[in-house]
Amino acid sequence: MIMRVRLFALALSLVLAMASLPAWAHKPSDSYLTLNVQGKQVTGQWDIALRDLDMAVGLDADGNGELTWDEVKARHPAVSAYALSRLKLAVKDGASLAQCKLAVTEQLIDDHSDGAYAVLRLAADCPREIDTIDIDYRLLFDIDPQHKGLLRLGYQGATSTAIFTPDAPHQALAVAGSSRWTQFSDYVKHGVWHIWIGFDHILFLLSLLLPAVLIFDRGRWQGGASFKAAFIDVLKIVTAFTLAHSITLSLAVLGVLSVPSRVVESAIALSVVLAALNNIWPLFQRRRAVAAFAFGLIHGFGFASVLLDLGLPAASLLLSLVGFNVGVELGQLTIVAIFLPLAYLARKTAFYRKIVLVGGSAVIFAIALVWLIERLLDLKIITP
Amino acid sequence: MNLFSPHGWLSALLLLLLLYCAAPAGAIPHIPADGKQVVERLPGRSNPVQRELLQLRAELSKNPNDLALASRLARRYIEQARIEGDPRYLGYAEAALAPWWKQAAPPDDALVLRATLRQSTHQFPLALQDLDTVVKRDSDNVQAWLTRATVQLVTGDYAGAKSSCMRLYSRAPRLVVDTCLANIASVNGEARPAYAKLKASLAASPDAAPAIKSWVETLLAEMAERAGIDNEAEMYFQKALKEDEADSYLLGAWSDFLLDRGRAPEVVALLKDKTRIDALLLRYALALKATGSPEAAVQTAALQSRFDAAMLRGDTVHQREQARFELALRGDAARAVKLAMLNWAVQKEPADLRILVEAAAASGDPAAGKAARDWIARTHIEERAITPLLPKLKGQP
Repeated sequence: MIMRVRLFALALSLVLAMASLPAWAHKPSDSYLTLNVQGKQVTGQWDIALRDLDMAVGLDADGNGELTWDEVKARHPAVSAYALSRLKLAVKDGASLAQCKLAVTEQLIDDHSDGAYAVLRLAADCPREIDTIDIDYRLLFDIDPQHKGLLRLGYQGATSTAIFTPDAPHQALAVAGSSRWTQFSDYVKHGVWHIWIGFDHILFLLSLLLPAVLIFDRGRWQGGASFKAAFIDVLKIVTAFTLAHSITLSLAVLGVLSVPSRVVESAIALSVVLAALNNIWPLFQRRRAVAAFAFGLIHGFGFASVLLDLGLPAASLLLSLVGFNVGVELGQLTIVAIFLPLAYLARKTAFYRKIVLVGGSAVIFAIALVWLIERLLDLKIITP
Repeated sequence: MNLFSPHGWLSALLLLLLLYCAAPAGAIPHIPADGKQVVERLPGRSNPVQRELLQLRAELSKNPNDLALASRLARRYIEQARIEGDPRYLGYAEAALAPWWKQAAPPDDALVLRATLRQSTHQFPLALQDLDTVVKRDSDNVQAWLTRATVQLVTGDYAGAKSSCMRLYSRAPRLVVDTCLANIASVNGEARPAYAKLKASLAASPDAAPAIKSWVETLLAEMAERAGIDNEAEMYFQKALKEDEADSYLLGAWSDFLLDRGRAPEVVALLKDKTRIDALLLRYALALKATGSPEAAVQTAALQSRFDAAMLRGDTVHQREQARFELALRGDAARAVKLAMLNWAVQKEPADLRILVEAAAASGDPAAGKAARDWIARTHIEERAITPLLPKLKGQP
């Protein structure tokens, strides 16, 4: 009998081996560290699970399992001291490292999907301008080697992430593009790039520009415009478009106005449909600048959603807004600069009037119609 | 979500409310107005298990190189992880074994525990390496053979698992050996004979410890369920639930049984207070959806934020549950099949096969269909839940 009991005691521990371990329960311990670098200063927030802090420094004073805010508050100095002893920030100073002075400025509470966290507001002063920040993270690793520190590092609108583990507790992260000029030119590049890959904007503009080198006479397009007349026509259209989309782009980015993106995208497709149709079946041939303005307002919302997706640094909102806008204009001007001379040279040919103007517009019309249907009905037929 | 039904509107509203109140990365950091406000519930020190763990931990901190003490603490932590379904205990167990963790060939006790912990994070090849080292040094190590059989079974190496179980003859209690073998045979073309044999073996061991009985009964219930013997499956689930404090694995399996048989309201009642555990929250949300409750959308959003948090840390141990979540709750068959395939590359238990088949049938993915078909042809696994789906699989041979 004793033998049997012993065997079953052994078997009890065997169940551990055989039964599926609940790796699928909730997730292991993580902390969320957010740091924002600006000049010599670092500000940030560190979310650490109360459960973990209780294990590390003891929070539940009466041990009843119900952790009150008073109990947490009483341990704030210990929590600060523990956290600060496990996180070191430094800047590269030649070959050596210069430590930053790190402090916890405030402690709050936040609820995450897996429980309540202490939120430690952080501020650090570094001895010199930060171009590479050196982070040494050791929180909880001795108590729970499965713990991970998840870092979000923000600098001037850009964000990078890193994960600290017991095997990778020390990481140096470059804070790139720290000068305002680099940042501005980044947004200019984004703007140019967006115009070039945004076929809907290009096709809209081209549809309006195609007739600029022609004259509308007796219900037909004739190839007689002078270069000056064509240039002025293009100038009016481009200016109207630019003015309009700058207005709505700014308003949307500053949060004054917002329109659902599906509505915006559908309206943009509609604007291309109408602009192309106008070249085959004149609707507003003499007032294309007015049309450019009206529809430009809609395109501005489209640009805004791109810019908002890129993420905008609050500190330099205006700088990036202007940069992006300048980029959009540069991209647009490049298209005009290629289009105008070619169109001007070809303006008197039947090829231009029939194939390019009517045929091209028909193709643009067809593409835009498909976009319109796709965006209205949320389908995927072709991708713009 | 149908916005034209009153339920649809309500759930949309609740969802918006939830998104507003509990955005993924937490709500808004705040200072509680009342100092007496309970901000978190922790394992209290009045609990004897917690007191024991604390005491062992204090003893170990005075004597960190005491392997016997460290092993004992690690084992207790692993057990607690299983009961509470909280993986933090696995981290604590790893910490207890710190002096031996990085060694290439630590003592046997440390190796077996290291393998167990590696298995729990799906590091199966590394776990096997540790176990091979142990059994080479000590062919009498029952725990090592059994753990080895488990890892081999989970990864689909049935021949290997069977030979590991065979090594237990005369080294472990008969019921344990029989369970080890039946577990494999039941997914390897002998579903009914394996079930009958294990049933008999359990009947012959009336004085087995409740924990063992509960474990064997859970397996019997699952075997009966796969073979389509519903009334016996239910009986064994009920028995297992009465035997011992039900762990999260058993509750999940029992919930799945009920969900499959249109008994979602019972699942809602069973799991209402157990949603801290992700796998049980998944079943709870599925049950709410099946009963048409507007709260389903809220719980689906909560589950989404938990998966997001797990992905942020780079975890892939949840792919089985995540595939099920995408398929059954979010209706994204394409994403579900991707996750089911990634999961299938790592583990091959019946639950893994089932989600693979379901996702393959829903998405029409030929590679997943072929993987499932090949596996079924090779192992002759019988699983009633997937049989009706098999003709729908693409990637026919």
